Amino acid sequence: MDPSRIRRLRSAWNTAAALLILAVLLFPVYWMLNTALQPASGIAVSWFPTAPSLDSFGQALASQGRSMLTSLAVALGAVAVCLALAAPAAYGLAQSALRGGRSVVFTTLLTQMVPGIVIANALYSAYAELGLVNSYLGLILADASLGLPFSIVLLRAFMVSLPGEVVEAALVDGANRFTAFVRIVLPMSRNALITAGLFTFLFAWSDFMFALTLNTTDDVKPVTLGIYQFVGAHVSDWGAVMATAVLSAVPAAVLLVVAQKYIAAGIAGGSVK
Amino acid sequence: MSNLARRPGLLRWLFVAPALVYMAAFFGYPLIRNVLMSFQHYTPTTYFTGEAPFNGLANWRAVLADPLFTDALWHTALFTAGSLLGQFTIGLALAVFFSRRFRLSGVVRAVLLLPWLVPMVVSAVVWRRILDQEHGVLNAALQALGLSDGGVPWLSSPSVALLSAVLVNIWIGVPFNMVILYGGLQEIPRELYEAAALDGASPWRAFRSVTLPLLRPVITVVLVLGFMSTVKILDLILALTAGGPADATQTLGTVTYQLSFLRLDFGQGAVVGNVLVLISAVFAVLYLRANRADFGQGK
Repeated sequence: MDPSRIRRLRSAWNTAAALLILAVLLFPVYWMLNTALQPASGIAVSWFPTAPSLDSFGQALASQGRSMLTSLAVALGAVAVCLALAAPAAYGLAQSALRGGRSVVFTTLLTQMVPGIVIANALYSAYAELGLVNSYLGLILADASLGLPFSIVLLRAFMVSLPGEVVEAALVDGANRFTAFVRIVLPMSRNALITAGLFTFLFAWSDFMFALTLNTTDDVKPVTLGIYQFVGAHVSDWGAVMATAVLSAVPAAVLLVVAQKYIAAGIAGGSVK
Repeated sequence: MSNLARRPGLLRWLFVAPALVYMAAFFGYPLIRNVLMSFQHYTPTTYFTGEAPFNGLANWRAVLADPLFTDALWHTALFTAGSLLGQFTIGLALAVFFSRRFRLSGVVRAVLLLPWLVPMVVSAVVWRRILDQEHGVLNAALQALGLSDGGVPWLSSPSVALLSAVLVNIWIGVPFNMVILYGGLQEIPRELYEAAALDGASPWRAFRSVTLPLLRPVITVVLVLGFMSTVKILDLILALTAGGPADATQTLGTVTYQLSFLRLDFGQGAVVGNVLVLISAVFAVLYLRANRADFGQGK
């Protein structure tokens, strides 16, 4: 056989192996979808949704729709708080002239290691005193902590690589440093801001622990808490549970399709650098 | 403004200050408050009366004497070690595999990230259904293949439940390991492999003598980050087994939660939380050492 044919054959085998790996690793995701599409089957779920029905999704929206809106509001709020804090901080820390800046970056890395349950333990006491338990503001502020260290490290790594001359030129033209930051640095950092925002959104959307510990009523109930209580309350209706699971996985799936390159770059950049 | 303009250092700090204040409130304050709380007596009425008197070492003695704490410590160690071993080995194997050039490689690699992006509680709930002893699809598949006659009590037997939790967590963590290790592999110059091939090195030999040594910094980072996120595990366990059956899957995270938020003994919860912080701190040092090379270059 000639070499190019061997190469093509080998590529085909690798593709087949890759698809097999994909099928095995994504089976739980398939099963979630499959169960959600078979509401009438009760206990016996067949391997394929031969007669798919969207009834479970209707039930899921009826019982968990409000929780999804809560999750959306909290996650968007957390993104806003996180970026408003992280972007200027990253800019400040990207200036090599900043004395003590390096120890701040170290501290930022260290905060990533504080276990969430430890934060929740103390935060609950503080929130109880401040009246922030069962409030949107309280949960948004807590969830912002999930994305902040990552965002600062990621944005700083990006802003370090921006050409300093552009900002200097603006300063010479009479803009003050804050105007230069808003008009020049932020637009130039668009991609990094999008990446940081996407991750913070995902972290906040996925948050379960702060939702569980900082709320004692159902006033502020994100979908992660909703599905947790759903499973505890009536496990008989697995179709509706799985439909809720599918709906709460939608942001992840959308981001994977829309922002694929940002995500891979973000995971690698935020953790290694 | 004119005063600030003459002192650019101070102005730059103004950019950093809001984030610093936030981090002091949401990371620094909880750490300090937890230490204080571990010496205070909290009761279910504390938040009505506002009284949590200091009680010396009573919380520490009570927690350390509790066999549940020792069990949770042991479970956490097993869970973390098992998870990291599985996630890393499979993640590395996949990273090496996807470094080959073939059609759809990039697409499949991207879609494999999905399990890591789905909220952990949601994954745990789905797995809880899959692993169900009577109605779960895993037992149905095993029986159909003739690999098991009765149902395996994945989540209902104290001797299997922790293993099941580890398997689920491996599934969740593989994509993260794969992405980071894949990134590291792409940094290794191809010429090194060509040189190794010219010297007659087998692929396995090349992997051991070229890939592993050059990948070491990335391996350290991925293992330490994996450790930090695994040792504090809470979401997964609560939604999968709630620490049961018979406390077989209690970890330091779930015990902290139970003591503080179910028994409302925040003092004892803080003790376990502090132990968790202590363990994390040891590994934080390792992490910073792994990162130091990066900082030395001023990156």
